[in-house]
Amino acid sequence: MPLYVEKKPERLITEEGVRTDGRLPHEIRPIRMTVGVLERADGSALVEWGGNRILAAVFGPREVHPKHLMLPDKALVRARYNMAPFSTPERRRPGPDRRSVELSKVIREALKPAIFVENYPGAVIDIFVEVLRSDAGTRVAGVTAASLALAHAGIAMRGLVAACAAGRVGEFVVCDPNHDEDMWGEADMPMAMMMESRKITLLQIDGPMTPEQFEEALNMAKRGIEFVYELQKEALKRPYVLVERRIRGV
Amino acid sequence: MLESESVVNTLLRDYLYDLVKEGKRLDGRTFDEIRPIEVKEGTFTKSEGEAWIKLGKTQVLVGVKFDVGEPFPDTPDKGVLVTNAELLPVASPTFEPGPPNEDAIEISRVVDRAIRSADAVDLNNLVIKEGELVYMIFLDMYVLDHDGNLDDALTIASLIALGRAKYPKVIYKGDGDVEVLDEKESLVLKDLPINFTFVKIGDALLLDPVLEEEMVAEASITIAINQEGKVCSIQKRHGYFTMEEIKKAVEIGRSKWTDVASVIRREI
Repeated sequence: MPLYVEKKPERLITEEGVRTDGRLPHEIRPIRMTVGVLERADGSALVEWGGNRILAAVFGPREVHPKHLMLPDKALVRARYNMAPFSTPERRRPGPDRRSVELSKVIREALKPAIFVENYPGAVIDIFVEVLRSDAGTRVAGVTAASLALAHAGIAMRGLVAACAAGRVGEFVVCDPNHDEDMWGEADMPMAMMMESRKITLLQIDGPMTPEQFEEALNMAKRGIEFVYELQKEALKRPYVLVERRIRGV
Repeated sequence: MLESESVVNTLLRDYLYDLVKEGKRLDGRTFDEIRPIEVKEGTFTKSEGEAWIKLGKTQVLVGVKFDVGEPFPDTPDKGVLVTNAELLPVASPTFEPGPPNEDAIEISRVVDRAIRSADAVDLNNLVIKEGELVYMIFLDMYVLDHDGNLDDALTIASLIALGRAKYPKVIYKGDGDVEVLDEKESLVLKDLPINFTFVKIGDALLLDPVLEEEMVAEASITIAINQEGKVCSIQKRHGYFTMEEIKKAVEIGRSKWTDVASVIRREI
């Protein structure tokens, strides 16, 4: 007898394509990004994306422990995706489960291609993604936050990695699925791209799509990603813009 | 002092001891001065009561969640309070992922003991059906940025989060089953047991130590004072204190209680 019962909405999308949160299919939720929220991490970022609150921190390049994991010619990259006990409607037991182990891996593999690992032989770069509040799309928000934290830590990268999901609700392909669509929609497709080359570094699909829908979903996710990328650049520059304003006295 | 932070260079140690001899501290505070407490605005969790606070550069996030379940056999007429602290690897280069270690378990128990010994949360109010079904409160403490004195920061954040917490009313339907109503009830905080942590450097007792002070200190102690000025719990950590030092620490804690309590009350 759970204290928190999920209620399925009567319908997920209207014939006109209006979604349960009032968005149209191509629209993305409000996003706010802040870098440098933590003092002791080498790089950090907080991403507020719809109802998601994702904190990412990066440590490194630093010495590898345990030593036998050290790679002689490049940096070791480690990532941990972790959900807070208070991040879900029902309290989650702390500690990793099978889902977070998989997400840690796909997040690492989404970011690693963008890092110049050969610049840091014998070192480790640790990436931590903490989900403080979850509301569908935590892995794409996590990749987005982690990429910001890497850049904020000054890690040499080919470019930022930005991410966004697309999905299918009934016959509609939608951008950035919300909680209802994630729970009861037909398909979910998180995607991440290295922005300097537009190469895809994360792609997962859960749910059937026709070839046409798949292509539409790819385009939908790509448009979302490009929007997210603009916000990332703005977030990274913001502290410097503020300093510049202060210096110029405006 | 957390075990993991214990590598200190002698220069820092000498510098801090010399400063203390001159009556000064690293960040310019007086010995019995608490760093500014800032409560971050916004919603960061999916809990029923939360607080993200900064104590100087130390940052913690506490979330309170509710569930229903069986009471403990020895307290069939009381709700259940479960506390848990995690020293996240984001908080310090020396914190590693994994199950709570000795330090995390001690911190969570120190906060828990302050709250419980002062009877701050009215657990009698949280019974749905005596002996069968009660509310369970989960107090989850997340350390985000470690710059010393996690205990006091977590206590302050926990009291704010508990004070803000609202749980759904339920109707007991028998057989361990309930109907969940839309109406919410506020958790009742009957007291504010506030922890005050001191470290000893030379002959001085420093309230609210920063990380460097914790690292070089000879001894540390955490004392919880409630609204009546009573000592509710004490945890002496490493090192030793004289009777006079402990009495002095209690007096300083009592004199600072109102300042901290007013911040907590303002934020609830």
